[in-house]
This record gives sequence, C-alpha cells and structure tokens, in this order.
Amino acid sequence: MIPFRVSVVAAIAAALFLLVIFELIRSRRLQERYALLWLVTGSVILLLSVWRDALRLVAEQIGIAYPPSALFVLGFLFILVVLLHYSTVISELSERNVLLAQDIALVEERLRMHERGTGIDRAEGA
Amino acid sequence: MPALNEAATIGRVIREIRDVDSGFEILVVDDGSNDETGAIAEAAGARLLRLPFNLGIGGAVQTGYRYALANGFDIAVQIDGDGQHDPSQLRLILEPLLAGDADVVIGSRFAGVGSYRAPRGRRLGMHVFAAVVSMIVRQPLTDTSSSFRALNRRSLSLFAADYPHGFLETVEATVLAGKYRLRLKEVPVTMRERELGRSSLTIPLSLFYTAKVLLAVFVSLFRRPALHLEEEP
Repeated sequence: MIPFRVSVVAAIAAALFLLVIFELIRSRRLQERYALLWLVTGSVILLLSVWRDALRLVAEQIGIAYPPSALFVLGFLFILVVLLHYSTVISELSERNVLLAQDIALVEERLRMHERGTGIDRAEGA
Repeated sequence: MPALNEAATIGRVIREIRDVDSGFEILVVDDGSNDETGAIAEAAGARLLRLPFNLGIGGAVQTGYRYALANGFDIAVQIDGDGQHDPSQLRLILEPLLAGDADVVIGSRFAGVGSYRAPRGRRLGMHVFAAVVSMIVRQPLTDTSSSFRALNRRSLSLFAADYPHGFLETVEATVLAGKYRLRLKEVPVTMRERELGRSSLTIPLSLFYTAKVLLAVFVSLFRRPALHLEEEP
C-alpha cells in the first residue's frame, strides 16, 4: 500500500496541475484541441493519487509485479504518443509555412510588377 | 532558376540564356540570399521572386513552378544559376516537349555526351539513385539527380502542387513523376565545371546523404498521392 502522506502530496500536485491547465485554457494560451488531452491527463493523475488501489489493480491486469513500474510504463507510453503527435503538428505547420512563404513571394512579385505596370498579362499568358 | 547566393554567376547565366533565344521568360527564385543575387538578376532582365526566408532548393523550385502555372506558361525549364548547365543546350532539352514525346525531360550527365566528372563518392551515389529509380519507374534512366530539366503543362501542374522538399529533391521528384505515370525522357547534356564554390561533400557524408535520399524515395512510394492528374485527353 502506498503511504498515506505520498497520496496526499500526489493529490495536491495533481490538483495544482489541473488548476494550471484551467488557467491556460481560460487565458486562451491553450487551444481546445490540446486542452482535452491535458485535462484527461491531469484527471488520470488525480484519480491514481486519490484511488489508492487503482495502480495496483492496473499493474495486476497487465501482469506487472511491482506497481510503480506500471506507472513508469504508462507515463513513458503517454509521453511517446504526445511527442509523436507534436511531430505531426510540426510537419503540418512547416508545410503551411512553406506555402505561405511561396505565396508571399508570388504576391510580392505581382505587387512590384503592378506598381511598375509591367506585369505579365495574366489572361494572355505566354 | 532557383538561386541562393549566386551573385557571382547569375548575371552571366541570364545573359547567356537571352543570347540563345530572347523569347525566353527568365524567372529567378531568390531563396533568401544574403548577397546581391536578386538585384543582379533583375538588372539582367529576369523576373524575380523573392522568398522571405530560405526554403531549401525544393521549396524554391516549386515556387517557380507555381509561378509558371499561375501565369499560364505551357513549358517550364529548371536550370541552375551557378553556370553548371549550358544554356546553349536548352533546345536539346526542350525538343521532346515541343514534339509532345514527354512530360518531363531530364538533362542527363551520364547518357554519353560530355565528360562530367564528379568526385567518386558523389558519382557512386548518383549511379545508385539512377539504378534504384530506373527500377521504380520501370524505365532505364542514367541520371536522376540532374537539376536541368524541362516540364510541360501536365507535369508542371503536378510539381506545382506536390514537390519534395528534401535534399537532392530531383531524385524524389523523378519517382513522383513516375508514380503519376508521366512520360519521362532523358536527353544527354554536357555539364560545365562549377566556376565558384566546390562541393565539400566528403565520402562518409556522401554515403549518409545517399542513404537519406534512398529512404525518402522509399517513403514516397507509399505516400498517398496529393492530387489526381486528369487523364491525357
């Protein structure tokens, strides 16, 4: 059994974590699409610290003899998934970044030519 | 013509293209140079696209294709701004397009003419790419990493929408063209010695890049196509 004091500290930490998430959402520094992910995470941590038998039950289900190991395994998997998710987000952002840069170059050229009145006649082409 | 810090050579390359045929519309895509590349290109009479920051060769080339597509060009040629490609061979590379025999024409350095000599490590890599890509597109190609190539409207619309951004993107682009069943054709060209700036790739680095490009090619085989080309009428 986990010592009572550890459970109390963990519960307080989890509650603070949830509070920070709420504040981030409220102040619009965290988008809705990520808010849910972190709310669920905070809730799971809170649940594990309050329901003191949960970790042992989960560990038994998976077949892990030492319950804290289950915590590490789950935490590691969670972090892996989050990182993978961020990679996809970064891919998408950099893709859009390239498109925007190209658009700026194309528009800037049209503007420059327009100001000089020497642009290619778009209807006619070449 | 994608260009990154090419101020020393770009003016002359543009004038050489003009000398071949003054009817060519020359577009320089300045990929975030921090020298006078853009100003020199404009002074030499080229149209200029200025990217706000460096996108890398693939992003710059694609910008040019997007420009060509948006402005109604039927044919676009990609040529280096460092003077490696000989503008007098533009006709060679354009011929199959004008005859309607191909959608993409690649100026090959290893198809017989000329004596292009790259350092051994790089040459080996180029031959490996050629062998692998030939297998994928089921057509013998000798030089898939050449950046001297010509496109018609059909291949232009593909590359404007979907162009690889990695290192040596031309290899991947060739595979992409094959995947979309575009007609590829190689034309032998001669390559001039690079005038300024030697490539500084060492052999281990070459091997690393070779592996990297092959991996990119392999991955691109499984990519879902980004668009559907209409069938040839």
